[in-house]
Amino acid sequence: MPILDFLYKPKNELEKGGRAVAPIQADANEPEKTCPNCHKAIPLSRIWANSNTCSCGYHFRMSARQRITFITDKGSFMEMFKEIKSGDPLGFDGYKQKLETVRAASNEEEAVICGSCTIGGTRCMLFVMEPNFMMGSMGSAVGERITRTFEYATEKGLPVVGFTVSGGARMQEGLISLMQMAKTSGAVKRHSDAGLFYLTVLTDPTTGGVTASFAMEGDIILAEPGATVGFAGARVIEQTTRKTLPKGFQKAEFLLEHGFADAITPRRSQKSLVSMLLKMHCGGDAT
Amino acid sequence: MSGNAYDIVKKARSSGRYTGIDFIKGIFNHFFELHGDRRFADDSAVIGGVAYLENMPVTVIAIEKGHNARERMQRLFGAPNPEGYRKALRLMKQAEKFARPVICFVDTSGAYCGIGAEERGQGLAIAENLCEMMTLKTPVISILIGEGGSGGALALSVADRVYMLENAVYSVISPEGCASILWKDSSKAADAAECLKLTAKDALRLGVIEDIISEDNMEQPEFFNGIKDMLINDIRRLGSIPTEAMLDERYNRFRAFGRSE
Repeated sequence: MPILDFLYKPKNELEKGGRAVAPIQADANEPEKTCPNCHKAIPLSRIWANSNTCSCGYHFRMSARQRITFITDKGSFMEMFKEIKSGDPLGFDGYKQKLETVRAASNEEEAVICGSCTIGGTRCMLFVMEPNFMMGSMGSAVGERITRTFEYATEKGLPVVGFTVSGGARMQEGLISLMQMAKTSGAVKRHSDAGLFYLTVLTDPTTGGVTASFAMEGDIILAEPGATVGFAGARVIEQTTRKTLPKGFQKAEFLLEHGFADAITPRRSQKSLVSMLLKMHCGGDAT
Repeated sequence: MSGNAYDIVKKARSSGRYTGIDFIKGIFNHFFELHGDRRFADDSAVIGGVAYLENMPVTVIAIEKGHNARERMQRLFGAPNPEGYRKALRLMKQAEKFARPVICFVDTSGAYCGIGAEERGQGLAIAENLCEMMTLKTPVISILIGEGGSGGALALSVADRVYMLENAVYSVISPEGCASILWKDSSKAADAAECLKLTAKDALRLGVIEDIISEDNMEQPEFFNGIKDMLINDIRRLGSIPTEAMLDERYNRFRAFGRSE
């Protein structure tokens, strides 16, 4: 039995959902990726068929579009607020070119994708951050898209599901990025005060200004196995304190142990769990 | 005006500068310090308590760096742990209960960066302050008196009115940190300081603060008296509008940053 599978032994029937490893026969010439955990080379098609995880339990990073495909009900996702893009409010040296390069390379306009969808039949607003766009850093467009997502959800009485991945606030937008922490938090608070449900799934890595704002403000906080989640970067802490960091520092398991996440949820059981929690908070019957 | 942002950073950090305690002593009467977050500990990087502003009871919260080496060590150079933010939030909720305005003095290089801080949820502590301050049903005024370091400073600056001293700075990241990430060279901090637009003038231009407090007469009693008058005027104005309208104004104040129509 793969080691991590053993560690994340399902606690109930629900968590067992869809755990079978897809038996895809690899073509001999197919490109492979080496798993950083078990060091085995795995054909890309098999990684994809297992929602970007290795059979040892390692979770590879996932693009926002991939995640949307895997978490939403087929054909239900409608992207919103995509017209909102970052400008260059400070005239920061090299930022415009950087944005152009990243847009071309990632095929995305910004570091978060928002929209409405159904998950397990429950209508909700969804935001998914994009690791391939400046590591999900939060500038004005990310803050604005997330704020609009919450404002729209508040207006329509919808729950919000958010997948976070971020290096923190985007320094090229300086104070305007910093202010997004307050802006998004304000929108989350209004949504919460309206009695609406907000669920976050913290994925690798979620740090800095995103951890210190909407990532940690969920009613329920789930984390992917092995995800690094924290405020200050581990390297910075090590340099500042000159102490060796404990094993597993700032990992999802560390968060759970210290009481900052409700559960660690492997990708294969995320859809069924998110579906159930949405139903439970939005008047749906148990099925 | 270019070329002097880093000089201002140095002034903002200089050890001879007034710290939070000096502002409390200079502006308020009968300050009584309240300790502890009622959860885990008392963080000495954050001072909070009740005081009179003229004859009006207020809640005062200040990040305190300390005046000498010993004090600075004891106060962790003004870098709050989660307990500091939780104490501040406790005092703010108390202020709301007793309808006292809240005045914050902010001076930090950032939230404390350490193993314990992460174990006790530094990110969550800041996030909670951002949420709760946005809807706190009493006027909140924040003054950045020295360093305004990132989320650690913002966690006491979600206010109806935000001011900066002339030589204070407010930034998403330290110039050194920015230079080492962008150019792998922390010695280019001066260039990064220019790029980051972190001076009071920049913050005013970006609409992040309402006004700049001049440091011209810092040694004279007029300096603190000027701030006192400004606070009294603001509180009077904020007190004259209905709470819901004040909260909408506060929400919209932050809602406006990076808004695209």
